Amino acid sequence: MTSRMSVLVLGGSSDIGRAAARAFAKAGYDVGLAGRDAAALEPDAADLRARYNIEASTRTFDVLDTASFDGFVAGLPVLPDVVISIVGLLGVQQKAESDLAHATTIMRSNYEGPSLILGLFAEKFLSRGNGTVVGVSSVAGDRGRASNYVYGSAKAGFSAFLSGLRARASRGGVHVVTVKPGFVRTKMTEGMKLIGPLTVEAPVVGDAIFNAVEKKTDVVYVSGIWRLVMLIIKMLPEAVFKKLKF
Amino acid sequence: MTLVSGWGRFPVVDTEMLLPRSFEAVGEAVVAGSVARGNGRAYGDAAIGAARTIGMTAFDRVRSFDPTTGRIRLEAGVLLSDLIDTFGPRGFLPFVVPGTRFVSVGGAIAADVHGKNHHCEGGFGRYVDSILLRTGQGETIEVSREQNSDAFFATVGGMGLTGVILEATMRLRSVETGWIRERVISASDLDAAMRALEAGDSATYSVAWIDCVARGRNLGRSLIYLGEHAGRDELAEGAAVFPVGKTPGLAVPLDLPSITLNRYSIGAFNELYYRMGARRAGGDDVVSLYPYFFPLDSLSDWNRIYGRRGFLQHQCVIPEAGAREVLGDILDRVARRGDASFLAVLKKLGHGEGLLSFPLPGYTLALDFPVKGDILNFLDEIDRVVVAAGGRLYLAKDARQSRATFEAGYPALPRFKAIRKSLDPACSIRSKLSQRLFDEV
Ligand SMILES: Cc1cc2nc3c(=O)[nH]c(=O)nc-3n(C[C@H](O)[C@H](O)[C@H](O)COP(=O)(O)OP(=O)(O)OC[C@H]3O[C@@H](n4cnc5c(N)ncnc54)[C@H](O)[C@@H]3O)c2cc1C
Ligand SMILES: NC(=O)c1ccc[n+]([C@@H]2O[C@H](COP(=O)([O-])OP(=O)(O)OC[C@H]3O[C@@H](n4cnc5c(N)ncnc54)[C@H](OP(=O)(O)O)[C@@H]3O)[C@@H](O)[C@H]2O)c1
Repeated sequence: MTSRMSVLVLGGSSDIGRAAARAFAKAGYDVGLAGRDAAALEPDAADLRARYNIEASTRTFDVLDTASFDGFVAGLPVLPDVVISIVGLLGVQQKAESDLAHATTIMRSNYEGPSLILGLFAEKFLSRGNGTVVGVSSVAGDRGRASNYVYGSAKAGFSAFLSGLRARASRGGVHVVTVKPGFVRTKMTEGMKLIGPLTVEAPVVGDAIFNAVEKKTDVVYVSGIWRLVMLIIKMLPEAVFKKLKF
Repeated sequence: MTLVSGWGRFPVVDTEMLLPRSFEAVGEAVVAGSVARGNGRAYGDAAIGAARTIGMTAFDRVRSFDPTTGRIRLEAGVLLSDLIDTFGPRGFLPFVVPGTRFVSVGGAIAADVHGKNHHCEGGFGRYVDSILLRTGQGETIEVSREQNSDAFFATVGGMGLTGVILEATMRLRSVETGWIRERVISASDLDAAMRALEAGDSATYSVAWIDCVARGRNLGRSLIYLGEHAGRDELAEGAAVFPVGKTPGLAVPLDLPSITLNRYSIGAFNELYYRMGARRAGGDDVVSLYPYFFPLDSLSDWNRIYGRRGFLQHQCVIPEAGAREVLGDILDRVARRGDASFLAVLKKLGHGEGLLSFPLPGYTLALDFPVKGDILNFLDEIDRVVVAAGGRLYLAKDARQSRATFEAGYPALPRFKAIRKSLDPACSIRSKLSQRLFDEV
């Protein structure tokens, strides 16, 4: 056992998750990487150990398997100081419009699962009296758009959950961070046309998550320009908004 | 299909661009006419597949590191900038770094890149112990000086044409700090510059920056930068043992019209630089490794200042014996033309590591030119001078040399081709560069 701080990254296989893990490991945190395929995470754990001389481990976690959550948390060797959920699923909007099973998976992967698992960690942190919970939501949750509202609405629910959790947990010494990326160049967005000046690389989000935890920020937009962009988009009257094609 | 170019933005080629995320996916990606691409810092057409280009930057993991020996195993897409930022603070740096840190390990091996220390410490390949290679015929083999050594020496400097480098084991240098003790010497002409580089042979790092507008008796006037790794006791009070490398700010936002680089602006730039350096000349300064090794990295996308048509870098090496005359001749032609860039770098090289490695004992001169007018003809003339002197051109910078120039410069080419054939009988791995210079058509 070490006395170092530790972070648990749910969705460790994502580019943003790997970047966040590096940012924390660089600062001396021990890291746990969790995902559906734990063996596939091992090279990333080895990378963290080799680079930063910290301890890194992997474990299996499926955000759709909510029945496993209690056991997952109880099975951790130590309760981490920070837990981050990067898990998310963009899915295919057109398909989700008529395929209810697909729509359900998107909703559960972005809202139900991440909310329940972070809520559970928050309870443990509250009884310990400290800890930080980070949820990676999206600007897509700030307003439902024609092109991705199934995903967006689930992210909206997740953002609302985190907001309420923060208000409650802050009284018990537990901090909650909501991360709202705009466009990030990752596996999820590969092949999509992204707008250059509004797009960042995954390490920028990883660093932003680390800084938000250190500085106890409540809500971070990455990049920051998105706060303004979404403010304007949120202010558009519905009559105008519904005519926009995006 | 995607439009892709090298750092010089010439030529621009339509290619199928893939970004595999697993070694299996790399294997599937290698079909007829493909080549690996690292971070795209080669200037010309080396990192563009004849039909398909396999981007390797997703492979950015370190496999293992032994701090007692400095030995590291890593994936080919790891950037040297990442290695420096990560292992520098732990007291380790790459032995060899080129003039930009934004190159991948795979690219650095494939071009056997040289740094300011080539004259005494050799190139990147010298510090590579073994390479995991995915060949064109579908095998994944470990190559080293002991095992599959033919393939090893063909892969180091082989411009990606022996297969895709997946991983490598190499050694890092242990350093006390991330600072360099720098000495700047001013030289009033080419003779003085070459004498200063000669005298700088014992320095770990040396490079000369030439004012290519100066003519007549000023021809070849230069500033020579010598450097040594600084010890802890040399640092200013309170200085961090390892400086922070700033992420490049100040992007060049648009393609500037190439008029900005006319001979007056270049001349003014050079004059200023020369005077600035001359003022500092003589004494020692302790500077951060970042500006010392990578002066251009602080300006991102600086390749855009040459305008939409792009630019060419001409980098030759001339064997030591005839170097003075030949370099004088080239610089004179360049000065009379008047459109060379502010960038002219002169440095001494030693032996290369691989069969097609660029370095040979002598002097290397690198010049940038915007793509316009009769520049291609002019460079062909320069090539004839280089070939007559027994010199050669650097493939990582090249976009235009002829087969005749290439074949004259690289006598180990037949041997390289034979090894390539044994690794890849169907010649699946092909780049735009290999189509231009190697392949039977
Ligand atoms: C500003 C600047 C300064 C430079 N200074 C120097 C210098 O001082 N010394 C020097 O030697 N060079 C220098 N260079 C050139 C540069 O170091 C080389 O071109 C290097 O190869 C670039 O690495 P990359 O990762 O960008 O590779 P790319 O440009 O993407 O590819 C270069 C070559 O490597 C091959 N390659 C890349 N990755 C792999 C892989 N995984 N497996 C197999 N083949 C691969 C490609 O096929 C191609 O042939 C400089 C370049 C710039 C832009
Ligand atoms: N990229 C962007 O532009 C962008 C913008 C805004 C918000 N975001 C959000 O950022 C987060 C990371 O996205 P990314 O771009 O890095 O894309 P990504 O690579 O697709 O990341 C998604 C992550 O979620 C995991 N995941 C999906 N379903 C899971 C499940 N049932 N159980 C456990 N893990 C599951 C994936 O793991 P597997 O490897 O097992 O699939 C992966 O690690 C997501 O929440 C995304 O919504 C991204």
